[in-house]
Order: sequence, then C-alpha cells, then structure tokens
Amino acid sequence: MSFILWIPLVGPLAFAVLGLLLRGSALCRFVGVAASSAVLVSGLLLVSAALSGYVPDSGGGMLRADALSAYMLTVVGAVGLISTWGGLSSATSSRTRDAAGYEALIALFLAAMSLAVLADSIGLMWAAVEATTIATAFLVGHHRTRRSLEAAWKYVILGSVGVAIALLGIVLIYAASVGTDTPTLSWLLLSQSDLGLDPALITAGGALAVLGFATKSGLAPMHSWLPDAHSQAPAPVSGLMSGVLLSVALYAILRIQSITDLVIGPEFLRTMLSIGGLLSLLVAASLLIRQRDYKRMLAYSSIEHMGLMAIGVAIGPAALPSVLLYIFGHGLIKATLFVISGRILKIEGTPSISDVRALLVRRPGLAVPWLIAMAAIVGFPPFSIFFSEVGIIMAGWSVGLGGIVGAALVLLLVIFAAFTRLTVQMTIGVPSAGTAFTPDYSAHGPRLPIILALATTATIAFVAEPVGTLLLQATAVLGGTN
Amino acid sequence: MFEAFYPQLIGLCTGSLLLTSALMVWRHSLLASIRLLALQGMALAALVAVIGIAEGEPELVLVSLLIFSVKGVGLPWVLAHQSKAAVKQIQESPRLNPTAALLAVTLLTILSYVVVSRVFGLGDSVTGHAAPIGLAMVLIGFLLLISRRRARSQLIGFLMLDNGIATLAFLTSGGVPILLEFAVSLDVLLVVLILHVFAGRMRTKFGGTAVDQLRELHD
Repeated sequence: MSFILWIPLVGPLAFAVLGLLLRGSALCRFVGVAASSAVLVSGLLLVSAALSGYVPDSGGGMLRADALSAYMLTVVGAVGLISTWGGLSSATSSRTRDAAGYEALIALFLAAMSLAVLADSIGLMWAAVEATTIATAFLVGHHRTRRSLEAAWKYVILGSVGVAIALLGIVLIYAASVGTDTPTLSWLLLSQSDLGLDPALITAGGALAVLGFATKSGLAPMHSWLPDAHSQAPAPVSGLMSGVLLSVALYAILRIQSITDLVIGPEFLRTMLSIGGLLSLLVAASLLIRQRDYKRMLAYSSIEHMGLMAIGVAIGPAALPSVLLYIFGHGLIKATLFVISGRILKIEGTPSISDVRALLVRRPGLAVPWLIAMAAIVGFPPFSIFFSEVGIIMAGWSVGLGGIVGAALVLLLVIFAAFTRLTVQMTIGVPSAGTAFTPDYSAHGPRLPIILALATTATIAFVAEPVGTLLLQATAVLGGTN
Repeated sequence: MFEAFYPQLIGLCTGSLLLTSALMVWRHSLLASIRLLALQGMALAALVAVIGIAEGEPELVLVSLLIFSVKGVGLPWVLAHQSKAAVKQIQESPRLNPTAALLAVTLLTILSYVVVSRVFGLGDSVTGHAAPIGLAMVLIGFLLLISRRRARSQLIGFLMLDNGIATLAFLTSGGVPILLEFAVSLDVLLVVLILHVFAGRMRTKFGGTAVDQLRELHD
C-alpha cells in the first residue's frame, strides 16, 4: 500500500520527462492532465485507506498519508485536473518547443505540491513549498511581456523571502527539539504532548513559520504579489495557484499550529491569524469595489477566501471541518472561474471589465457557466462555499469570537455587493445599438470539466458519508488525537 | 589544544560574517558586493567546519564542503557570470546614503542581540553567545533588499538573508538534518538561477535592471 505514496511524486515527473521526449507531438499537451489524474487517483486511494483506519508511510517515515494529507492530495489532484483539462490548448499551438516545457513545469508543480502535503517533516514540507515557487516562476512569466516579467519578479522575490522567513521559524523549532531527547523535524513526533519543547523558541519559531507561509498563502499584509502573479499567469496556472497552491500553504500553517498549540496554547496564533484574516478581507473589499480587470478581481477574491479560511483556522477545531470543505469548494470553483476567464480573455482580447459587456446576450456559451460559478464563489447555496462560510461563522460564535466573525460578515457583505455589481456589468445588458452580432453558444474549450466542477461543489456538502467522516478524521489528526 | 582555540575560532568566523555583511551595505559596486558574498560564504563554511570538529561530527565537515562549493564559489560565480567589465561598471545608487545605512546596520545588530538574549534565552554555550550574529545578518539582508534598486543587488540581499538563516541554524542547533541542508542549498541555487534569468530578460525588455521600472501593475 505504501507505494501509492510515491505515485503522485514520481508519476508527474515521469509524464514531464515523457512530454519533453515527445516534444513537437500533439500528445504532449496532455501531460498536465495525465499528471493531475495520477495525483487525483492516488489521492482517492489514500483517502479510502485513511477511511479504513490505515495510515501508510514510506521512505523511512519521510512520507506519510493520514486523513488530512490524503484529503489535501485529492484536492490538489481534483483542482489540477479541472485547471489543466479546462485549459487544454489547441492541438496546433501545442507543437511549439515552449509548450513541452510549459507542460513539464505544470507536472513538476503538481509533484511539488503533492510532496508538500505528503511529507512528514516540516523541513521537507518547506523544501517542497519552495519548489512550488521555483516551478511556477517561469509559468507566471510564460507570456514574456513586460507585465508578466514584472509579476514574475515580484512573485519570486516576495515568495522566496516569505518562505525564507518560514525556514527561519523551522530552524528555531528544530533548535527547540534539539533541547529534548530526540532532535526531529517530523510533525508527528513534534505534536506529541510530552516532548517538553522550549516555549520561548516554539513561540518565536511558530510565529515566523506562520508569517512565512502566510506570505505564500496570500494573507494581507503580505499579499501584494498575488494579484499581479495570478492575473499575468496563463489561465490554467492561475487556476492551480489560486485554487490549490494557496491552500497548500494554509495546510503548512495548520501543521505548524498543531505543534505550537500543544506547547503554548492556541491564543497566540489565534490573534495572529485573526488579524491577518480580517486584514485580508478588508484589502479584498476595498480593492474589489473599484476593480477594472476581471482576472485581478478573481485574484482579490482568493485573498478574501484565504482570509476567511485563516479566521477559521484561528477559531480552531470547531471550524476546521468547514475550513477543509472550503479548501475543496473554493479550489474547484476558482479553477473553473480562471479557466473561463482565460477563454473570455482569448476571445474578447481584453482583461478590462468595462470592455466586456452584454456577455449573456452575445456569448451565452461562456456567460452561463461564468454566472453560475460567480454565484458559487460569492456564497450562494447549494454550492459548498455557502455551507463552509456558515460553518466558520457559527463556530466563531460558539467559541466566543463573535466580534471577529461579525466584522468578517460585514466585510463579506461589502465584497458580495462589489462582486454582484462587477458581474452584472460584464454579463447583463444589451449590446450597443447598431452592432450586428449572432449569439455565440460555443464554450471555446472542453465543457465537461466545468460541468463536473460545478456539479461536484453543488452536491458535496450533502454527502455526509464518506465526506463528513473524512473531514472529521482530518480534523482529529490536527487535534493530536489520531 | 583545540579546546583553547575553539571560542576564538567561533568568534573569528562569526566576526567575519558580520564584517562582510556590513561591508556589503557600505560598498556600492556590484563586483565588490559579489566578492564580499563569496568571502561570506567561505566564512560560513569555516564556521560549520569548526563546529563540526568541536562536536566530533564528520557529517558537518561534509556540509561545510557543500556550503563552500555552493555559497563560496558557485553562487558568486553565477552572479558574476556576465563579462567582468560589464559588472565593474555597475554602480548601485541605493535609497539610503552610506552613513545612514551603516548606522542602521549598527542598530539592527544591537536589536538582534537584545532580541536573542531576552526572548530566546539561549544557554551559555560559545555558539549560543554568537547566535545574534545570525539574526543580525537576516535583518541586514532585509535592509539590502529594501534599500537597493538594482535586480542583482536585491538578489545579493536575498542571499545574505539566507546565509543569516544558515548561520543561526548552525549556531543554535548544530545545523538542520543533512537531507534538509541539501534541499535548502538546491532551492536557493535554483531561485538564484531563475532570478538571474529574469534579470537578463529585464535588461532586454526594459533596457536596465532597475527594479523601480516595475510599476505597470497596480490597482
């Protein structure tokens, strides 16, 4: 069973090499899809193992898949599949030399994220998160324009400095464990209650590690790279980065939190994360009101959702099942939205919201899924984001953080209004008089991934078994009881 | 014999680490900064070797060789890769004048001594006493990142930050596990290569590497 742990690491790499060998052939455009399918299948297998109470490990304990890791791996695979499948390039454009390298980097990116969620060592996890920055650097700068170069530079500098701060934190956590009998970086060992770690070192180390990974997960005030990188990258890459890379960084925060909570209690990180979460919501609200670019609008929406997830993490175990469901729902919907935005950008030739008007009349094939996904992202039921948001807010009330979730609710309302206005601007209305048009019913790309993503997020919240059980098991892992 | 010299050797290595950091803030020429960075990498490798010999761990001597080849030789070579004549001409015009910058270095060093002794409360070991140097290097690296305008100078700031983290790791815990050490070195090497490629693209697209030109994207 343990060999499954290696599939999401070795599989994408093998596909990447295969794609580079098949350079110039039309087949190499499927490398990303094949790599994400490998990740998704192994994720599902590990989930079924976790549900039957089996926790495989491998590589001398370096890799381990408990319920939480298996769940995150499934999310990586699912979001990867929607992004790469939905963003499949046409057969002709994939024959260039660039295309093979692009697909290989996507596969590498997926392997790095899989390693980050499967590693049972905060050191290895750190190295994998840094590897995601390396793999995505050239993907963000893929278009080679001045703007994408600027975005890539800011992304790599801020991303690596942020992750370097996290390394400083991990070094201090390791220094704390050197004072005990077993020097270790394994989070399984570090989150045991009787280790006697030095509280001062754990406080400083935990704060720095969370600060560093918060940069990577796009929480304010370290978010400034995010709108640039996510708006300049090609659509499938934006979908992957927004939909799942941010959540992988949040996963790292969850693991760090499970270590610090045991030594110094939850209060310290709770304050840090609630401030970061509320600031993110504030930044997103203030910049969404006057947003002019629809890809940047989606990027700010990611900051908003990460902010609310951070508040959920701050609340603690009561909110964690909702946060985990949130990661899945947000990932799929955001990937769908970025894929559609890429198609709109290609067909309309402009990223500006005011230049795209009356989409529902002119191009219903794109506008209808766009409207449905937009409804999902702002939190309409039956999509799972609604239930996650409600779950986090209820949990916040129940543990006495009513002030924080109240403030978050007000900001969410502002963001809801801003989103509705921008979406209506883009889709509703009639084309200016005198311009002849025929309604365009084409989806300009594969329809099935979009339908699958929307259908999954619309139904998953109603599936108590096995989804609910899995979420509870994953939460139990973080409580140190598993 | 070695026991007697040990504290002095640690002092010598950490002293040269701090000195090279301060000099990098002071000098504006890119070539001088790159040479100082190479010196700093070698001082770090020496520090690791000294700790390794004192603790009797052959693994650390291996790590020291790795650090010497990556930070002392490899990375500076990558940075200085374009023709020497071109690098010589590059002069940085930082946002801070040298006096203010050196004053800031002093303040940051004092700050890190205060923080490390008060907050972390490290023991009375020789290495524990020197640990604030690592934090000071991290902070000075930040100072360089913020105050420099050119792409490559920012890169040097990032590398100093990384050296500082490594110094802190070796002084507080005798280094992280060797597998992680390899991973970190590889990651840093790749990040530097990527940024180097971007700096090259920037020169062709913008006609210069001043980071101030990067202001097309905003809300």
